[in-house]
Amino acid sequence: MAHQHSVAPAVAPAAAPAIPAAPGALARFLDGDVWHSFKNSPVAIIAAVIATLCVVCALFANWLAPHNPLDLATLELMDARLPPAWEAEGKAKYLLGTDDQGRDILSALMYGSRISLFVGLASVVVSVVIGVGLGLLSGFVGGRVDAFIMRVCDVMLSFPSILIALLIDGVGRAMFPNAHDTLAFTVLIIAISLTGWVQYARTVRGSTLVERQKEYVQAARVIGVSPARIMRRHVLPNVLGPVLVLATIHVATAIITEATLSFLGVGVPPTSPSLGTLIRVGQDFLFSGEWWITIFPGLVLIMIALSVNLLGDWLRDALNPRLR
Amino acid sequence: MLAFILRRLIQAMIVMVTVAFIAFMLFQYVGDPVTNLLGQDATPQQREALRRDLGLDQPFFVQFAKFAVNAAQGEFGLSLRQGRKVSVLIAERFPATLELATVAALLGLLLGIPLGVYAALKRGSFMSQVVMTGSLLGVSLPNFLIGILLILVFAVQLKWLPSFGRGDVVSFGNLSTGLFTIDGLKHLVLPAFTLSLFPMTLVLRLVRSEMLEVLRTDYIKFARARGLPDRSVYFRHALKNTLVPVITIAGLQLGAIIAFAIVTETVFQWPGMGLLFIQAVQFADIPVMAAYLCLIALIFVTINLVVDLLYFAVDPRLRIERSAAGH
Repeated sequence: MAHQHSVAPAVAPAAAPAIPAAPGALARFLDGDVWHSFKNSPVAIIAAVIATLCVVCALFANWLAPHNPLDLATLELMDARLPPAWEAEGKAKYLLGTDDQGRDILSALMYGSRISLFVGLASVVVSVVIGVGLGLLSGFVGGRVDAFIMRVCDVMLSFPSILIALLIDGVGRAMFPNAHDTLAFTVLIIAISLTGWVQYARTVRGSTLVERQKEYVQAARVIGVSPARIMRRHVLPNVLGPVLVLATIHVATAIITEATLSFLGVGVPPTSPSLGTLIRVGQDFLFSGEWWITIFPGLVLIMIALSVNLLGDWLRDALNPRLR
Repeated sequence: MLAFILRRLIQAMIVMVTVAFIAFMLFQYVGDPVTNLLGQDATPQQREALRRDLGLDQPFFVQFAKFAVNAAQGEFGLSLRQGRKVSVLIAERFPATLELATVAALLGLLLGIPLGVYAALKRGSFMSQVVMTGSLLGVSLPNFLIGILLILVFAVQLKWLPSFGRGDVVSFGNLSTGLFTIDGLKHLVLPAFTLSLFPMTLVLRLVRSEMLEVLRTDYIKFARARGLPDRSVYFRHALKNTLVPVITIAGLQLGAIIAFAIVTETVFQWPGMGLLFIQAVQFADIPVMAAYLCLIALIFVTINLVVDLLYFAVDPRLRIERSAAGH
């Protein structure tokens, strides 16, 4: 436990890599209060510890994983479908058991969460860039541009995101039938990000409409700063607060969307299995009693999604001045 | 009022035309229909002849108009994977999805409303906190995982319920349903419950917050002051007034349920439209994808439109607010 506590301080920065770096001044200004509220919230600390554990395991899978699940040469079919080590037929070598090809589940989980986290974070970053950009433009320029962007948002919002992601994914697959790994990842990330940008666009547009009425923007106009520069240097830093919160929670959503798409068989290529792919593969073995092949990836997915969600909830309260 | 309806209708039309256009672009530019039909080694003359037969040499807008007319009649050509008419394929699969979605929606309402009322009336009690935490889990857990866990518990461990397919079905003309056979009903339990969790949590949370809101109003206090029994206050006065938004949201969710059925149908191998669609995505079967896209868009737009109009008709306060806001 003492060890875990020593991990906790590293967490606040670790929870934020998905979010484009807020300007230093803002971050420093928030740091004091946010840190204080973090120390006093046991839920946030536990969530942060779990999230950090998952991230560390995923990041350093190469060194931490007991086996290399992607190296076909090391697989032994003799070791296939072994139950977890604590069950009678389990081997200590494979803590969480093995799958049908003799892959170590624990190692597959580490490598799998790396892929899930990567796709999730990348999709959030792309969503934030698109959403914040369009939101700023919409709020700052107004008029027809605004009306058009907001109409597109309305239409997007009236369809469930999983459906839109599936469609974009399907179109991508149809356009590049022989897509190799990198391209498959790109298509997947684009599909997930194109469904997620709407909330950023709407939030940022709202705050931009407020900000642009303020005196500092007028002052900047008066001294002849170009609109593009006002948007980028003056308005943007002031509308990023809510984006930070949205982005944190969005990481969980994006990871779940990725898992769902991979589970449906239209996500990451089968050569680099993510958590969703592992669950998909494992589902076939449920009936022959090999529950561990699908349940462990499922548990890891739940752990990641829940801890990120809880962190996001905490961050929302911590950054909300009315609740302080 | 008339202007509002007209604006909504026009918006719906724009969405449908946009979706049809996307579907058309899919047909035209993703995958070459001529190659698909003739194969790689056709002569240029054959290709040219087929292009003319298919009308591919005509101007863009003529082609789009033709596509739209065909689509409006439900005609999307042949499935690339199965070589059968898309309209027939979808017609075969539609009843299964309809059955699943309807039962899930009803389940969501029938469980969600009482639970929501309970959580509002006994706010702060242990059980209502259990309900609220459970609903939070229901929202944040991936749906397919819940399905798998249910299979593990009820199908694999306890062996109470079957976990894939529809079981025995009874056919009425084009519609087939498993609602009238024991086997069919058994097969329906797990997928329908899994699919209903999402609308259920939504309805539960909505009913709870609306109830809390309504219970604070003056007319509830007045009803209490008149000495009406609790049951009458809660159910005849309070609940009635929370149901307008609930029904609206439930209506809007019907479309979402049909879309989410894609995932549930995959988990439980339920032979509905969603499974058809996911196979189409896996194999880049454009005609099926385009047809599904248009059908889903039509369902969504219709539901949105009906709900909007209903909302408008049912709640007189909105009429004033909306026209004041220039909506």
